[in-house]
Amino acid sequence: MNFDPRFSGRKFTSVGTRPVRPDGVDKVTGRARYGADFNMAGQLVGRVLRSPHAHAVIRKIDTSKAEKLSGVKAVITAKDLPDLTDGDAAMYDILDNCMARTKALYDGHAVAAVAAIDARTARQALKLIEVDYEILPHVTDVDEAMQHHAPLINDTIFTEGLEQKPVKPSNVTKRSQFGHGDVHQGFGHADFIVERSFKTEQTHQGYIEPHACVASVSSDGTAELWVCTQGHFVYRQHCAQLLGMEASKLRVTSSEIGGGFGGKTHVWAEPVALALSRKAGRPVKLVMTRDEVFRASGPTSATSIDVKIGARKDGTITAAEATLRYTCGPYAGSWAEIGAMTAFACYRLDNVKTVGYEVLVNRPKTAAYRAPSAPMAAFAVESAVDELAKELGMDPVEFRIKNAAQEGTRSSYGPVYGPIGIGPTLEAVKNHAHMKAPLKKNQGRGMACGFWFNFGGQTCVDLNIGMDGSVSLAVGTVDVGGSRASLSLVAAEELGIDYSQLKAIVADTSSLGYNDMTDGSRGTFSSSMATISAARNAIKILRERAAQMWDIPVDDVVWEHGHAVAKGDKHGNLGKLSLKEIAAKSGTTGGPIAGHSELVADGAGVSFATHICDIEVDPETGAARVIRYTVVQDAGKAVHPTYVEGQYQGGAAQGIGWALNEEYIYGKDGRLQNAGFLDYRIPVCSDLPMIDTQILEIPNPNHPYGVRGVGETSIVPPLAAIANAVSNAAGVRMTHIPMSPPRILAAIEAEREG
Amino acid sequence: MTGIAVSTTINGDTIEYLCQPDETLLDVLRDRLGLTGAKEGCGTGDCGACSVIVDDRLVCSCLVLGAEAEGRRIETVEGMAHGDQLHTLQQKFLEHAALQCGICTPGFLIAAKDLLAKNPDPSEEEIRFGLAGNLCRCTGYDKIVRAVQDAAHVMKGA
Ligand code: FES
Ligand code: FES
Repeated sequence: MNFDPRFSGRKFTSVGTRPVRPDGVDKVTGRARYGADFNMAGQLVGRVLRSPHAHAVIRKIDTSKAEKLSGVKAVITAKDLPDLTDGDAAMYDILDNCMARTKALYDGHAVAAVAAIDARTARQALKLIEVDYEILPHVTDVDEAMQHHAPLINDTIFTEGLEQKPVKPSNVTKRSQFGHGDVHQGFGHADFIVERSFKTEQTHQGYIEPHACVASVSSDGTAELWVCTQGHFVYRQHCAQLLGMEASKLRVTSSEIGGGFGGKTHVWAEPVALALSRKAGRPVKLVMTRDEVFRASGPTSATSIDVKIGARKDGTITAAEATLRYTCGPYAGSWAEIGAMTAFACYRLDNVKTVGYEVLVNRPKTAAYRAPSAPMAAFAVESAVDELAKELGMDPVEFRIKNAAQEGTRSSYGPVYGPIGIGPTLEAVKNHAHMKAPLKKNQGRGMACGFWFNFGGQTCVDLNIGMDGSVSLAVGTVDVGGSRASLSLVAAEELGIDYSQLKAIVADTSSLGYNDMTDGSRGTFSSSMATISAARNAIKILRERAAQMWDIPVDDVVWEHGHAVAKGDKHGNLGKLSLKEIAAKSGTTGGPIAGHSELVADGAGVSFATHICDIEVDPETGAARVIRYTVVQDAGKAVHPTYVEGQYQGGAAQGIGWALNEEYIYGKDGRLQNAGFLDYRIPVCSDLPMIDTQILEIPNPNHPYGVRGVGETSIVPPLAAIANAVSNAAGVRMTHIPMSPPRILAAIEAEREG
Repeated sequence: MTGIAVSTTINGDTIEYLCQPDETLLDVLRDRLGLTGAKEGCGTGDCGACSVIVDDRLVCSCLVLGAEAEGRRIETVEGMAHGDQLHTLQQKFLEHAALQCGICTPGFLIAAKDLLAKNPDPSEEEIRFGLAGNLCRCTGYDKIVRAVQDAAHVMKGA
């Protein structure tokens, strides 16, 4: 049946309410099973040996002593994961990241793995593996890696995207460019120009649950994988391809997931666990330690960004330009490209140009982190926008309102916008009580805007109606923060039944068709679209069955408030049939009733947010503290408003940590010095105030209920909002994130000394 | 290698087990006793996901040895509800959506229970400092603090 995804205004009964989530009780009683909470009979413990060097040739690995240790059942190296990627460069990088082949490329890079009867034996076995390394010079800083004399990480890399192919290899894998108009001319018309350079340090997603999986390969070539992931279908494909299996023979079940934020979107240890299980002939459980999570998974890019913006006296921006350099770890990526696309997306610009450079460094392979690449670009741009407003003598909110993108604006990355929320979030901020609240000594207020694309993608849903009239909804997008609740609300809405009549589950890869992973804020957007479509398909069958029960034409039956109703004068005495009554008779009216949907969810509406932040800076120590924080963001339609607020608050808190504290610190030897929660300090409860939220609903025209993704945008503005607040509190412009106490203190002292 | 025989009380039940000298209480709970409610977020005492109460003291079970449980009284998240009657804190965490992924939730519930046992009427600041040993990466703590405030309010009235 053709499904029409367009927005149609309607009054909601279930959508917009705030019921308790279906998986809630299991999670407060300790019963919910996460990655490490699952066990299989005869299971072995897997452990990974990691390189202590940032850059080294692996001359030889001798595993013989480890193999002889009693209790060791398998030892593997890259030889046990042969290259089956068949020229697929991105998959080859994933393979090499799972197990280093010829070179260790960062501190923490996996070089071998063991499976043993218990953890103690596995740890002992790792110590018996002898690796002969030839240490090479390394580079971890983004700007240094771009220098001509920098150590070369991969000598087959020649920068793509240049007019002429370079003659020499380098650490820059790609140059990308976006924009329109003529910035040169635009700057010529400017009365004021701000030009600044910024740096941001590398941060980790910081999910509290380390990566964990249990792999079991059978001698008949079938296999099962239990794993915490944001996308079990994608993991199945990756693992099957890397191990040379048929995807259908590998069944992947996603566990409850203890946070991902983009960090659980590609495989790390799972192919290793499968290879160990295949070799040992027994199930293998592999759980990363926190040290491994920091050294070898995640993180986001470190960046170096130059921004130049010019405006006329009346406050009109005449030109904007940015050059963005993002680390990718030791493998090619498109992180700067995304940064370059998002940098000026909030504004209506005649002349704009952004250039991105992807840079290889000896750090872990960069992974997505919530609106990946956008927060750093927004930090640079929104800091410069604030400075420019100051130079113009304009209020920073008014200045942004004057230049904000609108419906019909050609975005800086190409497409023309439909209805968007940047103007409304700015107006809401302008009128917000927070903007008028008084500030005390050493306190300052800052605000900033943020943009994120949102994704749609391949989605599949099964909606099964039981004979008792209860409805089970099987979805394929992993629930990272309450989507089973929101999808149940959507199904209840469409069917016209009560939320309590429904139960949503996340189906495994053998029970449902392919689904893209939960990323790009697509979970609720795309699966709700498929749920609506599946429910409409089920309603069609329910109407047919009712027609059959009444013995009237199906065209005379409509679906209203959870009931089949016979329309027309001649059916006046038929009353109505509830879903439950129709379901009870399904055995004799044609069998089980279900609705299915398989679709590509197009048209994820772009998302905008504006944040306000009050900061107090201690001028003696340089410590900055968030006093008050407000998030205003467009949700399109908030399906479960409490969980939407939760996304806003969570993203803001991560942004606060990034802005003030969090960073990967590498020693001169290229080793990570703070691979633990003690030294890599994420915000704790006593660091933060309450985080106020305001949900705006500007319907997405491409979703029946107007839903937009909400998960990511909230991490985009905080870096800049806080930097702007610090600047107003302490009178110094911070250009290096995180704004840790020593950095702020140094800036204050430099300012004092003039 | 011989294990150490331990006899202890967990959630009111007498439990006996053998463990190795280097095994943590968290390892014993999760791997030997099947009590996987306590989570390992770090193994170094920095995240609080493994929180349990030992003789009325809040501890990180990853920093306690399994052998040290001998003769003690241990409370874990699995013992918070009475039958199908949730503890007020559990109920309030659900109502306020104080969990997103929920991996930190058992630790927060145990830490909050300990906090309210010692201070039945905490201020927001006391809640924030009382729970500062537990990391949550999803919620920004706002709804957790509100859930604890609400639970304290209800429990005082009870
Ligand atoms: S696992 Fe014990 S404190 Fe983190
Ligand atoms: S809810 Fe995910 S870490 Fe707290």
